[in-house]
Amino acid sequence: MTATEQTTTGPGTSERTASGHAPAAAGAATAGTSPAAGAAELSGAARAAARALGDDALVLAQRLGEWAGDAPVLEEDVALTNIALDLLGQARTLLSMTGDEDELAYLREEHEFHNVQLVEQPNGDFAVTIARQLYFSVYQELLYAALAARGGELAPLAAKAVKEVAYHRDHAEQWTLRLGDGTEESHRRMQQALDGLWRHTGELFAPLDGLGVDLPALHEEWRERVAAVVERATLTLPQGPDRTPWAAGAGRQGVHTESFGRLLAEMQYLHRAHPGASW
Amino acid sequence: MVTVRTSPGPALAPGELSSLEEELLRLAGEVPDPELPVVSLAELGVLRGIRVVGPGRVEVELTPTWTACPALESMAEDVSEVLKGAGMSEVTVHKVLSPAWSSDAISAEGRRKLAEAGVAPPRPQTLGGPAGSGPVAVDLAIRCPHCGSTDTRLLSRFSSTACKSLRRCESCGEPFDHFKEV
Repeated sequence: MTATEQTTTGPGTSERTASGHAPAAAGAATAGTSPAAGAAELSGAARAAARALGDDALVLAQRLGEWAGDAPVLEEDVALTNIALDLLGQARTLLSMTGDEDELAYLREEHEFHNVQLVEQPNGDFAVTIARQLYFSVYQELLYAALAARGGELAPLAAKAVKEVAYHRDHAEQWTLRLGDGTEESHRRMQQALDGLWRHTGELFAPLDGLGVDLPALHEEWRERVAAVVERATLTLPQGPDRTPWAAGAGRQGVHTESFGRLLAEMQYLHRAHPGASW
Repeated sequence: MVTVRTSPGPALAPGELSSLEEELLRLAGEVPDPELPVVSLAELGVLRGIRVVGPGRVEVELTPTWTACPALESMAEDVSEVLKGAGMSEVTVHKVLSPAWSSDAISAEGRRKLAEAGVAPPRPQTLGGPAGSGPVAVDLAIRCPHCGSTDTRLLSRFSSTACKSLRRCESCGEPFDHFKEV
């Protein structure tokens, strides 16, 4: 099966501004590139699983976007927002397979999002962002590779996205090495970041109904890959529990940490204040 | 109006195209890339198929270089405009993800034009390890598009668009974009 997005432009719908871009108005008659919703293609557990993965990508994209204009160096400003854009593309594809992407992103309440808690954790300092990237990109690369190999509805996206995520993982690895094997201060902060986020990593490998991938089976490989980078960076793989005692794996059940509400408020307020706004 | 479909779009078998389809394919293929206008959609390898499905009605398949590439929507509009100029009244553009686009799909002519415009073209994937293995571990020589030196250094894996990385030439000192291997 091939996932396709369809853009139809009928007669008289190709009006443009002088700059060659689509008109700013969100009117129904504009040329057909608005990311409006599609027919839901998946059903039942497969739909819920695709939506959970879409939520992971969307929420992490939103977090990384917060670095725009605020990263330590210009190249990182560009890098982190590029990674955010890749994740947003994955999120749009996944969410569109389960409903209207805009309604799903802008109009759901906190408990209706099923992303893992790792991706909603605040950016912290640069080391925290890199630790989150390392944990998540190694996981996502393994996951997408497995989904691509399995075939089925998510395979076309997974086969494409796994190549993009390889760049994200490479970026996170390079920074982990530089920070871990850098100054005393960067080493201390990188270790602190790895330790602080460790309790959110177990949830990544909780079984996800309808996905068709044995997530628990990927856990050991993930641990080995992360450990290899961490050790090369002269850091120590955290030894504590990889689940939070109060809500193990609860992101997938719609239970989120405190800062998630503020992330959603930032992401949704414009759409809620001006329904259907577009530019 | 964008909808997501799991049914395949129009197939493209070169021998099966009518003369009208061949003409429309040629016109659509000449549309310049919105971000890198020196190369055409045909040279970039993103135009996957075309089919006339009724009088004045044509369906086109485009594939994005990177999943989130925002240029795809402009491409769809530009293709639509061109085909309407050629007499089509209804143009449907399908965005297909499979098989995934590879930087190997850029034609030799496209590579030459990229280099001429100051963007180092992607290296063939076959040199960098098995296909799909992601970024190559070894820094194979990437030539400076300005002075031709192979003594260039990676500044950032991410640059002005999703598909490019940023490098600097150690010989002439100029920074330049490099179209990433994918």
